[in-house]
Amino acid sequence: MRGGWEWLGLLARAARTPRGVAGITLAGVVILLAIVGPFVAPHQPTVSVTATFAPPSSAYPLGADDLGRDVLSRVLAGGWLLLAVAAGSTALGVGAGVLVGIAAAYFGGVTDGVLMRLVDVLLAFPQLVFALLLVSVLGPHVWLILVAVGISHAPQVARVVRAAALDVCERDFVRAVELLGAPARRVMVGEVLPNVLSVVMVELGLRFTYSILIIAGLSFLGFGIQPPAANWGLMINENRIGLVANPWAVVAPVLLIAVLTIGLNTFTDAIARTSLGVERPAEQLAVVAGVSGEAASLGEVVR
Amino acid sequence: MSAADRESVVRDEGVSAVGATPDGGNAAAEPLLAVEGLQVVVRGSGADVVDEVSFTLARGEVLGLVGESGSGKTTVALALMGHTRRGLVIGAGRVLFAGVDLLALGERIRSLRGARIAYVAQDPVSALNPTLKIGTQLREIFRAHGVGQLGGVSVEERIRELLAEVRLDRVSHALEVYPHQLSGGQQQRVMLAMAFACRPELIILDEPTTGLDVTTQRHVLDTVRGLCRSYHVAAVYVSHDLAVVGELADRVGVMYAGRLVELGATGHVFRAPGHPYTRCLLRAIPSPTRAHVLVGLEGQPPRPGARPQGCFFAPRCEFALARCRERMPSAEALEGRHWARCVRAQEVLRLPPLAELPEREPIPPAAGEVPLLEVERLEARYGERVILSGISFGVLPRRCLAVVGESGAGKTTLARCIVGLHSGWRGMIAFKGVALDRDRRRRRRELIRRMQYIFQNPYTSLNPRKTVSQLVEQPLRELFSLSRRERSERVASALEEAALGGEYLSRYPDQLSGGERQRVAIARALVVEPELLICDEVTSALDVSVQAAIVELLHRLQRTRGVALLLITHNLALVRSLADDVLILRDGRVVEHGPGVLDHPQSEYAMQLLANVPTLALA
Repeated sequence: MRGGWEWLGLLARAARTPRGVAGITLAGVVILLAIVGPFVAPHQPTVSVTATFAPPSSAYPLGADDLGRDVLSRVLAGGWLLLAVAAGSTALGVGAGVLVGIAAAYFGGVTDGVLMRLVDVLLAFPQLVFALLLVSVLGPHVWLILVAVGISHAPQVARVVRAAALDVCERDFVRAVELLGAPARRVMVGEVLPNVLSVVMVELGLRFTYSILIIAGLSFLGFGIQPPAANWGLMINENRIGLVANPWAVVAPVLLIAVLTIGLNTFTDAIARTSLGVERPAEQLAVVAGVSGEAASLGEVVR
Repeated sequence: MSAADRESVVRDEGVSAVGATPDGGNAAAEPLLAVEGLQVVVRGSGADVVDEVSFTLARGEVLGLVGESGSGKTTVALALMGHTRRGLVIGAGRVLFAGVDLLALGERIRSLRGARIAYVAQDPVSALNPTLKIGTQLREIFRAHGVGQLGGVSVEERIRELLAEVRLDRVSHALEVYPHQLSGGQQQRVMLAMAFACRPELIILDEPTTGLDVTTQRHVLDTVRGLCRSYHVAAVYVSHDLAVVGELADRVGVMYAGRLVELGATGHVFRAPGHPYTRCLLRAIPSPTRAHVLVGLEGQPPRPGARPQGCFFAPRCEFALARCRERMPSAEALEGRHWARCVRAQEVLRLPPLAELPEREPIPPAAGEVPLLEVERLEARYGERVILSGISFGVLPRRCLAVVGESGAGKTTLARCIVGLHSGWRGMIAFKGVALDRDRRRRRRELIRRMQYIFQNPYTSLNPRKTVSQLVEQPLRELFSLSRRERSERVASALEEAALGGEYLSRYPDQLSGGERQRVAIARALVVEPELLICDEVTSALDVSVQAAIVELLHRLQRTRGVALLLITHNLALVRSLADDVLILRDGRVVEHGPGVLDHPQSEYAMQLLANVPTLALA
């Protein structure tokens, strides 16, 4: 049953492209740092050890923050929770979005209308504002941040997946399985979902980077993971007043978020490019190219 | 078709035939077009798509370029104007047009395109600008070439003249409409008007009638022929349809795997081909006049970059010798200006004529048998629009009923009503005496199993994410509860019946050719052992040699398994070679129905339809 695991093959193929290697390396370094960081941090991340905004020294390579805590230790310890929450909210948001998107495309008609208008209402809120709304009303719990960010992703994912699924739902192979009397659930999971997987993979990568940015943003605004726990977003907020005294307290978390985002986006891009080759068999690609080529040439001929 | 016949067709159809001089004999004169050693390669890899293509074309001569998909005929046609598709470059060769090498002109070639060399593409929908009126698009050509006056007539007069020539003058306000307001045939005639606007000397037509039904095709062909004759225009007509080329072209070039393998006068090439490939193609074509056995061609043509040493056709050739596999044969001159790239051309030429292919034995209608499928007073609508009305017919067990008609006649709607993909109908559809529900979800599994539907396009009817074994197994999973072993046994036997081996089990659809895909689709239908197969234009997306093999497969299933067939098609020649009974649909109504419709048509429409089918004169 290779069919069910084909997305793994897509990942593997994407990871072998130059773009994919670059993306995975960049993102991998940061993710690795976030995972092993808490175990190798030289100092307690929540304990003051030296002077406020102390510049880098041999004992504290990245200096100290606003409360005299070791920046290196806080950077190493402050990543995993951010990444874990981001991964959770991405899975939740993309999962919900895929479900809504495919159902809307497959059933069409009233179902499509109701689902998509609901999506439109949610889309009217900017993502960060929507998450802020929930967190400010119910309080800054980690689970709530996860759910709020996840829900804020779902409508956008739903839109993209619906567009891709609409095309798939019109194909004859979907009709062929319907003619066998297969229930809608099986048609959606067995026929439609595998054919929009590449879109879903791209969305996963993209939404993960957005999640990190939104969670970091929430932390920066003080509604995210609460102090004194170390957190990259929070660190930027706490230390921006000391930017001149010890810039590393801000620059280090900014750099890590930037590298992670760029790496993930590059890898996502590699998936998207690889999947284009999967989406269309070579001969169909040639047909498509041929038709457009003729049209283009005709334009020249006429002029 | 003789020259006299052609003249009469031209006259009958009302195309002005001013200055028509049937001509093909001034070969000695300076050719208008001379192609020498044309080579087109893939940019980067350098693998040749087309190579060693050489031919000449006299003024007023029509050259047909035939070949199956991927043979390089369109590539050659585009290269004649110095153009290539993205990713390809012209590697070598010369294209001499009135003595000037077009390939050496560079960007200056643009002034020739449209003015002295015109091009008509296959798909008028993508070639016409949907946002501009037809008149605007026609005037644009004259503006682009800075033409204000043409032999004393103004542009507006010339446009009116053009419309009359392509017979669009009867369409009211033809200049004021947008492309989507015209039918496919009318759009193609607009393309012809544009091509002939500046009175070019050479016109290149790339499958201009593919996708049009026979009546429209007939009109377009007559228009092309009339225009070429009145203006003494030379034409290169690219097509995969040998019958069409046979009617129109003075000479024919056959392409295979990027090489011109045979070239000669149309009559010579089609009556006594010198190349085995040409012979195979001709054997594969169904004839509209007699039901003979079709012979398909096994295997696939080699792709660019993976071509064998020696003759490219040798691996599929029944006449191949050891030396064929050593080096590419050179052109062997035959009588007249006919040559073939085959070492045994002289022998192939002398083989018995193709007109002697064995006829099929008709399946005798069994007396008193109950119809398998009955349709009575069927009326189908899409919204308010009535598509079908008053349709009644029956399909007898083991017989093949063909439903024919032009596009828009309601053929596909009929099939969709029967299988349950369209529920907007009234009347009765019964299978073995059991009335079928309009909603397919309420149909019984047993009925679903006995009646299987095969889709038109095998490129969209197979889920690209599933292997062949998963695809063929799916109906078993849905309709039966069998053990894994029983399933795999039945999958294997269904594939075998569709002439696919076990090596196909783990392949994905994109690893299969069009013909193999359609076989998988047939195997998927066969695996549940149906009694009726509904085939909707199942060969229209396939090449003739592949079509022949699929037709033979269906015919064999009918014989050996006793499967009844409901064949939906616009291809009357195909109907002749497969159908026992014929039903002709026109505008949603039955025009004629019975076993002898093709032999003794009663209605005027059926006669007209038959007369419009291009016929290949093999004898």
